[in-house]
Amino acid sequence: MSIASTDTPREVAPPVPREPLLCAPALALFLVMLLTPLIMTLVLSFNSFDFYEGIGSTFSLANYTEVLGDRYFYEIFGRTFAIALATTAICAIIGAPASYFLNRMDPFWRSIMVLIVLGPLLISVVVRTLGWAILLGNRGVINTALMNIGLIERPLKMMYTSGGIVLALVHVMIPFMVLAVWAALQRQDPATEAAAESLGAGPFTVFRRIVLPQAMPGVLSGSLIVFALSASAFATPAILGGRRVKVVATSVHDEFMNTLNWPLGAAMAMILVAAILITMIAWSRLVEDRVGRAYA
Amino acid sequence: MAFLELDRLTKRFGMITAVDTLSFSVDRGSFVSLLGPSGCGKTTTLQMIAGFEDVTSGRIMLNGRNLSAVPARERGLGIVFQTYALFLHMTVAENVAFGLEMRKIDKPERARRVKAALELVHLSHLADRYPRAMSGGQRQRVALARALVIEPELLLLDEPLSNLDAKLREEMQLELRRIQREAGVTTLLVTHDQSEAMALSDRVVVMEKGRLQQEADPFEVYDRPKTSFVSGFLGKSNSLRAEMGRDGRLRCAERVLTGPAAGLMPGAVEIALRPERIEVVDAASGIVSGCVTEKVFLGNQWLLRVATPLGDMIVLRRNAGRNEAGIGDTVGLTWNPEHLRILPAEGAA
Amino acid sequence: MKHNGPFAVAFLLVFAIFMLAPIVVVIGVAFTPTGFLEFPPSGLSLRWFRAILDNPDFMHAAWVSLKLALVAATVATAFAVPAALAIGRGSFRGREVVQSLLMSPLMIPTVVLGIAFLRFLTVMGLNGTFFGLMLCHTVIVTPFILRLVLASVVGLDKSAERAAISMGASDWTVFRRITLPTILPGVVGGWVLAFITSFDELTVTVFITNPSTTTLPVRLFSYIAQTTDPLVASVSTVAILFTVVLMVVVDRLYGLDRLLIGEGKR
Ligand SMILES: Nc1ncnc2c1ncn2[C@@H]1O[C@H](COP(=O)(O)OP(=O)(O)O)[C@@H](O)[C@H]1O
Ligand SMILES: [Mg+2]
Repeated sequence: MSIASTDTPREVAPPVPREPLLCAPALALFLVMLLTPLIMTLVLSFNSFDFYEGIGSTFSLANYTEVLGDRYFYEIFGRTFAIALATTAICAIIGAPASYFLNRMDPFWRSIMVLIVLGPLLISVVVRTLGWAILLGNRGVINTALMNIGLIERPLKMMYTSGGIVLALVHVMIPFMVLAVWAALQRQDPATEAAAESLGAGPFTVFRRIVLPQAMPGVLSGSLIVFALSASAFATPAILGGRRVKVVATSVHDEFMNTLNWPLGAAMAMILVAAILITMIAWSRLVEDRVGRAYA
Repeated sequence: MAFLELDRLTKRFGMITAVDTLSFSVDRGSFVSLLGPSGCGKTTTLQMIAGFEDVTSGRIMLNGRNLSAVPARERGLGIVFQTYALFLHMTVAENVAFGLEMRKIDKPERARRVKAALELVHLSHLADRYPRAMSGGQRQRVALARALVIEPELLLLDEPLSNLDAKLREEMQLELRRIQREAGVTTLLVTHDQSEAMALSDRVVVMEKGRLQQEADPFEVYDRPKTSFVSGFLGKSNSLRAEMGRDGRLRCAERVLTGPAAGLMPGAVEIALRPERIEVVDAASGIVSGCVTEKVFLGNQWLLRVATPLGDMIVLRRNAGRNEAGIGDTVGLTWNPEHLRILPAEGAA
Repeated sequence: MKHNGPFAVAFLLVFAIFMLAPIVVVIGVAFTPTGFLEFPPSGLSLRWFRAILDNPDFMHAAWVSLKLALVAATVATAFAVPAALAIGRGSFRGREVVQSLLMSPLMIPTVVLGIAFLRFLTVMGLNGTFFGLMLCHTVIVTPFILRLVLASVVGLDKSAERAAISMGASDWTVFRRITLPTILPGVVGGWVLAFITSFDELTVTVFITNPSTTTLPVRLFSYIAQTTDPLVASVSTVAILFTVVLMVVVDRLYGLDRLLIGEGKR
C-alpha cells in the first residue's frame, strides 16, 4: 500500500514542447521568400509608372481603373474566363466517366492506364504543348491527314485560336480532374452499385443515379482546381495563342518583360487572383447548396 | 520499502481526469497486473511510469529514486507496447540489439546477449527475419526480447496479448509467466482481461475511472472483492440488493439472511455471491427455492438461471456426467453463509 | 468487381490516344531526317539528337536545369522534413496556419508567383542569379515534399519512437535510426517530385532568368516562339526520356500511383 508521505505531491509543470521549433526554418524561408514578395507585388500594383522615370512611389488606384476601364482588357479577361470555363466543363465531362471506368479496370490494365493519364503530369507543359502545336498547325499532323484523305481542301485553322488552346489545356488539366474524381469514387461503397443493379437499374442508370452523385464532390473539387489552373495558365496559351490570342497571364508577361509597365502588370495579376477567387467561392457556394446537403 | 511506488498519481487531460490520485506499489521481482475496463486510465498510468506522459500531480518512486526528474530515455525500463512498436525496417536481431547499442555495449557482448534473449523467447531461428513477415505471436516475442535484453529494472507490458487470438493468447500467457520467472524481472502488466490478470500475476491492482478499487493477490480480489465493481468485473457474480438493519440483520426481499460477521454500517448494501458457491438441492431444503428459467451447457459446467424470491440467480454446476435439473423444474438453492460478501451498495460512497 | 462494357473500353481507348498523341508526335518528329516538323517521319535519323550536342545554348540550359533541380529539391527537403514532422505530430497553436502557408505556393497562380519573385529579386539585387533562382524554386517545390512526407508522418507509429527512447536513444538517434527510415519512402518520393517540378518549371522561371541562368524549359519556350525546327522535338524527347527513367525509379522506390495521387501508406 502507499506510504503516507507528508509532503503533498506538487503539480508538475509540463515541459515546453520543442516540436513547433522544427517549423521555424521553413516558416522563415516562406516569410522572406513568399509573403514579402507577394506583399511587395500588391504594393507595386498601386504604384505609378512613367516610361521615362520608371516606377513611382505614389499610391493610387490608377492601374486598377485603367484595367477595369479599358475594352481591350475586358476582351482579354473575357477570353481567359471563357477558355477556363470551357476547359473545366470538358474536363468534367470526360474526366468523370474516365475515372469511373478506370476504377473498374482490372489492376494490370488500370496501372497502365493510370500511367498514361497521370504520367504526362511529370512531363513539362512546354513539351506537351509543343506536341499540340505540331498536331494543330496549318501544316500539322491533323490538317495533313485530313487533306490527304480528302476530307477538307484547305487546312482548318486551329493554331492561334481559343479552341486550340482549350484542347491543349484539357490535355494538361485532365489528370487533376481524374485524380479528384477517383479519390471520391474510392470513398464510395462499391456495394451501392450492386444494390442499385439488384433493384433493376441498367448500367447507364447506375452511373447517372448512383455513381455520379457520389462522385460529385470529386467533380466539384476537380473543377475548382482545373478552373484556377486554366485561368492562370501561361505556357499553353503563350505557345498556341502567340501574340494574337492573348490571355491575362500572357498579357502580364508582356507588361513585365516587354512594355516594362510593372505596376500595370501587377494590377492585372491582382485582378486575376481576385476574379479567380470570387469565381471559386461563388461556385462552391452554388454547388454546396445543391449537392452539399447530402454530404454535409 | 516497495520497489515501485505510485503516490497519489493524477493525470488530467483538460477536463478529463484520466488517472485520479492512484497509489499502489510493486515489490521487487513480483508480477503485478493493473486491471480495469478499457478507458479507465491504465495506459496513461503506464506511460507516466515510462516517462512519455507528463504527470499532473503525484509522484513515482522507483527503487527509492523519484522518477519525475528523470527523462524517459534514462529511466532504463523495458516496455512492450500494445502495438509492439517493432522497428519494421530492422531485422529481429537488429531490433533486439538496438537497446544494447544505445548502451554502447561492444559487439561480441551484444551478439551474446541478443542470442540469449532470442533463446529465452524461443525465436533464435528467426533472428534475420523482418517483423513484417512474422505472425502476431512472433512479433510479440520479439517485442518482449527487445524489452528484456537491456535487463531493465522494471518491465512494463501494455495489453501485450490483446492482439492475439484466443488460443495463442493462452499459450503466450504461460510463456510470459515462464519468461518473467526466468528473467526474474519486476513486471507491471496492463490488461482489461480479468482471467489474464489472475492467471499471470502475484498481485492485481483493479482500477476504474482512474481510481484504485482494490489491490491484493488474485485469490483475494476474486474471493473478497472490496467493492461491487470488483466483484462484478472479476468473473461472474450474483449481486443482490439488501438492507443492513440497525439490529445487525441482513434483509433481502423481506427475508432475513445469515451472512458473515460484517462490520458494515446500517443501510443499503449489496450482497455478492459467486455462482459456483451455490448448491442445488431439493426445493424444500434450500435457503431459497425457485424455478429454473434457463439452462446452458458450457462443456465442463452447466449454467442455470433460477428465478428466486431474492431475484434472478445464476448457478454454475460442475459437469459430473449427468444431466442437471431442466427448465421449469423447481429447485432449492443453498450456500455456506461464509461465502456471502457484503459490499457497500453501488453508488454509495 | 464489375468489368467495363464495350462502350467503356472504346471510351478509354480514345482517351488514351488523346493523352498519348502529343507526346508520341513529339518523339516521332524528333527522328525526322528532314529539316521540318513532319509526322510520321519520312525516315529514322538521329540527326536532330546530334544537333543538340552542337547547340551550346541547349546544353548550357540543360546543365542549369539539372543543377537547379538538384539543389532546390535538396534544400527544400531539408526545410520540409522537419516542418512535416512538427505539423504531422504536434498539436501546437497555429499549426494549421503554418501548414496553409507552406502549402500556399500550390494555390497561388504561377504568374503571380513569377512577378512577385521578379519584383523581390530585383529589389534585393538578386535577379538573374542562380542563388535567387534556387531560392524561388525551393519555395515552389516545398509543398510537394511537405505533402508526401506529411502523409508518411501521419502513418508513423509514435510508440516505435517511444520504444527507442525507452532504450536510451537520443533525439538525434531516434530521428536517424527510427523516424527517418520509416518516412524515407515519402522523403524520397517527395524529393523526386520536387526535382521533376523544378526541372519542368516554366511560368515562374521565365520571369527570373537571364541568359546565363536560362533553364531548359525557358530555352525551349523561347526557341519555339522564334523558330520551329525538329531540334525542339529532339530536346523534348530527351527530356521525356529522362522523366520516364525517373518515373521507373520512383515506381520501384515508392510506387508511382502513390506519388501522383499523393496519399499515405501502402
Ligand atoms: N492524449 C489524450 N488527450 C485526451 N484524453 C486522453 C488522452 N489519452 C487518454 N485520454 C483519455 O484518458 C482516459 C484513459 O485512457 P487510457 O489510459 O488510454 O485508458 P486504458 O488504457 O485504460 O484503456 C480515456 O478517457 C481517454 O479518452
Ligand atoms: Mg490502453
